[in-house]
Amino acid sequence: MTPILELQAVTVSFDGFLALNQLDLKLEAGELRAVIGPNGAGKTTFLDVITGKVRPSSGQVLFKGKPLIGKPEHHIARLGIGRKFQTPRVFEKLTCRRNLELAVAKGSSPVKLLLKPLTIELRERVQQLLLLVGLGAHDQQLAGGLSHGQKQWLEIAMLVAQDPELLLVDEPVAGLSDEETIHTAALLKELSGSHTVLVIEHDMDFIRDLQAPVTVLHEGHVLCEGPMDQVQADPRVIDVYLGREEDQP
Amino acid sequence: MNLVNTSMPRKLIFRYLPFLVFVCIALILPLLLPPFRLNLLGRFLSLGIVALGIDLIWGYTGLLSLGQGIFFALGGYALGMHLQLQNLAPGELPEFFGLYGVKTMPAFWQPFNSGIFTFFAIWIIPALVAGILGFLVFRNRIKGVYFSILTQAALLVFYNFFNGQQRLINGTNGLKTDTARFLGELVGSDGMQRNLYLLTVLVLFLAWLLCKWLIRGRFGDALIALRDDEQRLRFTGYNPTAYKTLVFVIAGALAGISGALYTVQSGIVSPQFMAVPFSIEMVIWVAVGGRGTLVGAILGALLINFAKSLISEQLPETWLFIQGALFLLVVTALPDGLVGWWRNGGPNHLLAMLGRAPKAATYPSLDLDPELKS
Ligand SMILES: Nc1ncnc2c1ncn2[C@@H]1O[C@H](COP(=O)(O)OP(=O)(O)OP(=O)(O)O)[C@@H](O)[C@H]1O
Ligand SMILES: [Mg+2]
Repeated sequence: MTPILELQAVTVSFDGFLALNQLDLKLEAGELRAVIGPNGAGKTTFLDVITGKVRPSSGQVLFKGKPLIGKPEHHIARLGIGRKFQTPRVFEKLTCRRNLELAVAKGSSPVKLLLKPLTIELRERVQQLLLLVGLGAHDQQLAGGLSHGQKQWLEIAMLVAQDPELLLVDEPVAGLSDEETIHTAALLKELSGSHTVLVIEHDMDFIRDLQAPVTVLHEGHVLCEGPMDQVQADPRVIDVYLGREEDQP
Repeated sequence: MNLVNTSMPRKLIFRYLPFLVFVCIALILPLLLPPFRLNLLGRFLSLGIVALGIDLIWGYTGLLSLGQGIFFALGGYALGMHLQLQNLAPGELPEFFGLYGVKTMPAFWQPFNSGIFTFFAIWIIPALVAGILGFLVFRNRIKGVYFSILTQAALLVFYNFFNGQQRLINGTNGLKTDTARFLGELVGSDGMQRNLYLLTVLVLFLAWLLCKWLIRGRFGDALIALRDDEQRLRFTGYNPTAYKTLVFVIAGALAGISGALYTVQSGIVSPQFMAVPFSIEMVIWVAVGGRGTLVGAILGALLINFAKSLISEQLPETWLFIQGALFLLVVTALPDGLVGWWRNGGPNHLLAMLGRAPKAATYPSLDLDPELKS
């Protein structure tokens, strides 16, 4: 079976600085994968490459066997790749409900948005998602007025609303309470299987909670890959990343 | 849910009341105002239409165009040309052609003989130009200041072109419409002007309805999303180019209609419609009235133009200073414009500042939200 996502020797150079350096990575359909690595390892850049925001200087990105490089962002999104940003990005001047109503209508043309009302199924889906992320009572509130954690969850809900085959989730639990973190892990685990999920995080408890294979990025390439226990015991990982965990906030 | 349903009619009336009042007043005014004042009002109302378009692209979508004069003038010229061709003997040319020794009418004038063609040309030509310009600019992801500069540069190109083309469209002198006849009546006559005023009220109302419809639903949400975080919307699968081009086209069409109505009420269309300051003024109307609120755009156009005509009658030299000061005041003190200030509880704050206790020092948006009242 072809993997749902494959990166082959992807290199990204920012004025000579290699943010990604010959990066190889494969994701099987339905997989849940955690990606960790020190600050500046290139994790976000790696998502930028997949979603079309950054064009690599060399290498290939395949989604279900088809090359993605060169396609505009909205085409890639429509192929079924959704993304949550590192700092929550929601539409602050729109209510929570309206944020989700835009997300479920992923990529509609202007004419369709104008002339076709939201179907009942999608309307219900929005309602379910609002309840799922605990924003049921805030549905008419402007997203700009939400707390940081609520924004994180709203954005996760927007990502789920898009119903992409591949979910790329950049630091979903930064700023969330312990309870919310556990809840988020459960949600992502539930999504995997029917979706492919790639999660970037610094929170080790959260990663452990995901019970997923871990890929460690360092200086733009894969340092090692494997189950959490094995990765944690790897001296190279301890050296570049975990050993410095105390320094991190 | 019940709560929402019972308050629905009241909410609807409340929402549409200002405009109903406005329409009623507008319809009574012809009986009260002398023709000169009525004509001024008609002109300013027609400027409200171009302001609505600017509000759509700037207030909602975040595209600050300094070139709306292009579309405004194109609409004006389309109608001006049609009127020039009225009541000519067979083979006769509009008078100004004689000045430059032009013996045969340029081919592009021909279709403007037709009233139906002109009716469509008034808004479709500006819309087309906006579409082409917009598509090229937006596809290349030109945004922000660069977009503004580019629209101004386009405006200058059109301005210089129209100024230089005596033999095509009478250059700097423009086209007079006052002395033309339409349906047998002089366009400049009081009766005709009153009808044009009423037509303007109607068209402004329709334009407002159109804009209201555009921004009400998810299309309007997408515009706001584009303004606030275009990239986020892109990653949700939306193509910003399509949205921006469409809304720019609509604003262009509105500007064209506005320009046509303005032309016949001021008696002339000239390249001055494409002068740089005029297009900047249009933006100021919207800023002062309140961008992101449709009523604000109309109100801004009316207020500033009335102030301008009053002050210019008395102290012509001071107007530019006053306008500049007004703009600065709005940018610094009332960033949401007059209507935004009003909606955010501005009057209460003002009372408080003047030492009078406002009725309740609370968040007006919470107070007014029926969902939160139980
Ligand atoms: N547009 C850019 N121009 C220049 N350098 C960049 C750009 N984007 C990222 N970088 C650099 O590339 C490196 C990788 O950045 P990236 O954001 O991918 O790291 P990260 O692994 O996501 O880190 P963090 O854990 O802090 O989010 C960093 O050193 C960053 O400074
Ligand atoms: Mg990052």
